[in-house]
Amino acid sequence: MSAPALTVGIKKKLGAFALDVVFEGAAGVTVLFGPSGAGKSATLAAIAGVLAPDGGRITLGDDVLYDRAGRIVLKPEARRIGWVFQDARLFPHLSVEGNLRYGLARARGRPAPIAFDAVVGVLGLAALLRRRPRDLSGGEAQRVSIGRALLSQPRLLLMDEPLSALDAARKGEILAFIEQVRDAFALPIVYVTHSLTETVRLADRLVVMEAGRVVGEGTLSEVLARADLPLLAERTDAVAVVEGAVTDPDPVRDLTLVRAGEGVWLCPPLNKPVGAPVRLVVLARDVILAVTEPQGLSARNVLPGRIEHMTPRRDGSVLARLDVGGRLILSALTPDAVQALALRPGLPVWAVVKSVAIEGTGRSGFSPLFDG
Amino acid sequence: MDLALSPDDWLAVRTSLIVAARAVIFALPLAVGAALLLSRGRFPGRIAIDALVHAPMVLSPVVVGFLLLLVFGVEGPLGGPLLRWFGVRLVFTSAGASLAAGVGAFPLMVRSVRLALDAADPKLELAARSLGAGALDRLVSITLPLAWPGVLSAVVVGFAACLGEFGAVITFAANIPGQTQTLPLAIYADLQAPGGEAAALKLAGVSFVIAIAGLLIAELLARRTRRWSGR
Repeated sequence: MSAPALTVGIKKKLGAFALDVVFEGAAGVTVLFGPSGAGKSATLAAIAGVLAPDGGRITLGDDVLYDRAGRIVLKPEARRIGWVFQDARLFPHLSVEGNLRYGLARARGRPAPIAFDAVVGVLGLAALLRRRPRDLSGGEAQRVSIGRALLSQPRLLLMDEPLSALDAARKGEILAFIEQVRDAFALPIVYVTHSLTETVRLADRLVVMEAGRVVGEGTLSEVLARADLPLLAERTDAVAVVEGAVTDPDPVRDLTLVRAGEGVWLCPPLNKPVGAPVRLVVLARDVILAVTEPQGLSARNVLPGRIEHMTPRRDGSVLARLDVGGRLILSALTPDAVQALALRPGLPVWAVVKSVAIEGTGRSGFSPLFDG
Repeated sequence: MDLALSPDDWLAVRTSLIVAARAVIFALPLAVGAALLLSRGRFPGRIAIDALVHAPMVLSPVVVGFLLLLVFGVEGPLGGPLLRWFGVRLVFTSAGASLAAGVGAFPLMVRSVRLALDAADPKLELAARSLGAGALDRLVSITLPLAWPGVLSAVVVGFAACLGEFGAVITFAANIPGQTQTLPLAIYADLQAPGGEAAALKLAGVSFVIAIAGLLIAELLARRTRRWSGR
C-alpha cells in the first residue's frame, strides 16, 4: 500500500475536555473504538470539517484537508467526505430517490465511480425509491442514508454509530449491508462505535480511544491481542481475532479447516470455498491451557504455542497472550491455575479450544454472541 | 335592507385587496430574510434587530403611521430622495397605504417564518453540507422547503393583517376613496356620516367573508404542504 488513506493529528480544547488524537486510517474499515465521551464523534466532526481543531493536520490521500501551520482549512462541503449519522437525517420533503440523488447531483463534473444502480442494488433500495422518508422503518432509513452518502462520490466514508438507534435484529441486517458496501466500493471507511461485536466484525484497522486520546492503534488482530489495554483486556468478553484462510471445507465432519500461520484450526462450517479469507473470533474465556499435550479430549483444537505475556486483571484473573503458530490469542486464567501449572511467559503450552466456541466471520455469517 | 354592494363599496373592496396584495408581495422577501437572520444568524446586535422588527407590533399603529410620515414624508430622510430621484411619492398614495399596512403586518410575518425555521432541524442542513451543498444551495434546497408552511402562513396572516390595518394607514396615507380607503377606513367614513350604519354593517360583513375565505384557503394550503413536505 502507498500513502495511508487518512492521517489525523489534531488537538482541540472543548471546555474541560482535551482532544489530542493521532492516528492513521487505512483502506478498508478503520474502527474508532472507545467508551462514550472518548472523543470519537468529535474526531469525526473534525475530519468532516465542522469542528475546527486548535491545531494539527488532517490529510486524505494526497490532499491536505486541514493544516494549522499551512493555514489550510477546507470547507466541509468541499471535502468530499460522506457522513452517515446515528439518525438517518433524511430530507423529509424529498422522496427516497430524491434523497439518494441529492449528493449525486452535487457531484456533477467530477468522476462518479459509484453508480446509482449499483448503490440501489447493493443496499436493496429498489422497492423504496418512490417512498417518503416518514414511511420508512429505522433500518430502511439508515440504508437510504448510507446510499445517499455513497452517491455523493466521497473519497472517505464516516460512520458515526450507525447502528445505535436500531434494534438487535436490524443491527445484524445493516451490519451485513455495511460489509457489502465495504466490499463493493473501494472506499476507506472510518467507523465509530463502542460495540466490540461491530468492531470485531467490521474492522481492518482498530484505533482505541479513551478520554480524548488514542491509546492503541494497529491491525484488528494486533490491537485485540494487546493485553495491556484495560478497555479491551478487562472485559469478560476479551477476544482475539485469528486471520486465516479456508484449506478444506470438509463437509464430512461438519467442520471447516482453517490455516492461520502455522496453526490449523477446526471451526464450525463456514460455507466458504478453499482459499477464502476468514476471521476466527476466539474469546479469552474459551481458551484452556495445558502444559503437557492433552489426550482424549472432545475439544477439536489442541494447538501448540508459547506464552508471550501475562497481565493480572482487576477481578483477580490473569490474561495470558499466546503465540499459536504465528497468531496471537488470549486466555483468561485463574491465579490458582497459574500457580499450579507454574505458567509464566516463555513457557511452551498447548491451547485447547472447542470448535463450537469459535466464530468464523469475514465476509458473511456471524451471530452476535457477545455484547450488543 | 339592500344587500347589494354599491359602486363605492366595491371600490373599497378593490382598494383593500390591491393595497394588501402589494404590501405582502413587498414584505414577504424582507420577512423571510429577517427571519433567517434572526433564526440562523449569530452576530452582535441581533437583539436590537429583533426589537426593531417587533416594534410595530407593540407600538400604537398611529405612532407607526406618524413615524412613517417623518421618515417617508416628502421632506423626510427617505421620502425626500425617493421623490427627487425616482419621482415616487408615498404619502397619501395607494403605495403609501401598502407601506403602512405592510409595516404593521411585518412582525407577524417574520414570526410565522421564524417559527418554521426554528422547527427545521439544522442537522439536516449539516447532512446537506456533507453531501456537497454550499450555503445558498442549502438555503434553497433544504432550509426554505422545510420552512415552506411557515412562509405560506406568513402570506395569509400578513394579508389579513394588511386588510385590517387602520391607524397606520389613515395616519400616513389618509382616507382617499379609490386610493387609500381600505375596508376599515371606509367603515370608519360611513360611521362618521349620519345614517351610515347600514352601509358600515354591509362592509363589516364583506370583511368577515374575506377573512373566513382567507382562513379556509390557508388551511387547505397547509394540508397540502404537510403532505408535500412529508411531515
